[in-house]
Amino acid sequence: MAGRIGQGTPPRPSPDPRVAVSMTVNGERIEREVSPRMLLSDFIRHELRLTGTHVGCEHGVCGCCTVIIDGHAGRSCLAFAVQADGAEIRTIESVAGPDGSLHPVQRAFRECHGLQCGYCTPGFVMAIVDYLEGNEDPDLSDDAIRAVLSGNLCRCTGYKNIVAAFRRSAALMRGAG
Amino acid sequence: MKPALFEYVAPRSVEEALDALAGDEMARPLAGGQSLIPTMNFRIAAPSTLVDLRRIGALEARAVEGDVIRVGAMTRQRDLERDEAVRRANPLIAEVLGNVAHIVIRNRGTVGGSIAHADAAAELPCMLVATGGSVVARSTGGERTIAAEELFLFHMTTALEPGELLTEVRIPALPPRTGYAFQEVARRHGDYALAGVCALVTLRDGVCSAVRLAACGIASKPTRLAAAETALLGAPPEGEALADAAEAARECVTAGDDRQAGLDYRSDLVAALVRRTVAKAAGRVEGRA
Repeated sequence: MAGRIGQGTPPRPSPDPRVAVSMTVNGERIEREVSPRMLLSDFIRHELRLTGTHVGCEHGVCGCCTVIIDGHAGRSCLAFAVQADGAEIRTIESVAGPDGSLHPVQRAFRECHGLQCGYCTPGFVMAIVDYLEGNEDPDLSDDAIRAVLSGNLCRCTGYKNIVAAFRRSAALMRGAG
Repeated sequence: MKPALFEYVAPRSVEEALDALAGDEMARPLAGGQSLIPTMNFRIAAPSTLVDLRRIGALEARAVEGDVIRVGAMTRQRDLERDEAVRRANPLIAEVLGNVAHIVIRNRGTVGGSIAHADAAAELPCMLVATGGSVVARSTGGERTIAAEELFLFHMTTALEPGELLTEVRIPALPPRTGYAFQEVARRHGDYALAGVCALVTLRDGVCSAVRLAACGIASKPTRLAAAETALLGAPPEGEALADAAEAARECVTAGDDRQAGLDYRSDLVAALVRRTVAKAAGRVEGRA
């Protein structure tokens, strides 16, 4: 069925509908009109210009685009911006302090050499922040740590230093220097 | 990697959602989106309208009522996994959910969504078949209950009619004197299973008085391993009977060879998984040393 250019069914002439959304992103109230098909990852990067959230695979495998949606880590490429209407979103830009001081998870990644190229790092950091924040007694067994990290791909480190950074994060968050 | 155009509605009641679905055969409900959105990103699916269910609080209710666990279709998988009352009523559910993708996916993925999506290698449909559960489906014409084994017809194909919405999943509690186990083999943790087996073993005087085995990833839909169940009935869950059951399970493998595994390998996997899960389930029967 080799089609020639100009043959075949023309695309349906449907106008792209616009839907009003309002949400809180990193503490700031956001109101926009978006196409329903705009992925939350594209909304964050293109509309809000928060380019710390990275896009790897756009089908939920790599975990680079992980953000925190209403208190739970989620893939921003597997959500439409319209689904986040009324939601509270945290991106990697909210993790360090306003003065630039690193979050314990970020410090741990630096100390343990948990990154090389850094492309996947925002996704790892958000998944770990979500798991450790508000968790007084996190399970730090190898199995539990690997279960959390299994949703994020890193093609540089081989993961050992990321597992170490996870443990170090938990220690730093409990106040160990 | 961007979805085609679609219309979007986010109704506040099941009735409004059913009206939206009834008016358009190409409309689809949007639950957690963890399977639907990737298929839309690839343009494998291009619904005309998405009916977002996130505002319908009634679909998030869940309760343990006697020997049935009622789970609203929009219950997030991670919430069900961590629900202590559900864990007490049937600990198999949390064990199965631990194998569903990753925590970050389970945070958004829903129980009803995974079951309605009906991937032949998915864990939750397999669990529903193994436990003998059912779903409630509603449409503008009324409501009906569909047993798990009548629900799943083929890979990503269910008995749900156009305009019907899966609103609730009903999972039986673990019966008395019954042990449970789920195990799967996947190339990477969180991937769909190459093969997975769910086992429920009921013991009376040391022999199997009831056995329910179901597998995912080995056929066009989640499948009861009937011949393996028969091999164990009336026998102790070990030794020759267990070896016979494992061999008998091989005949249920019908999935074609794919780039991950061939028929022979899947057959070996299902036999090994039957041995492991039955032994594990039998060891978990309460009161059995």
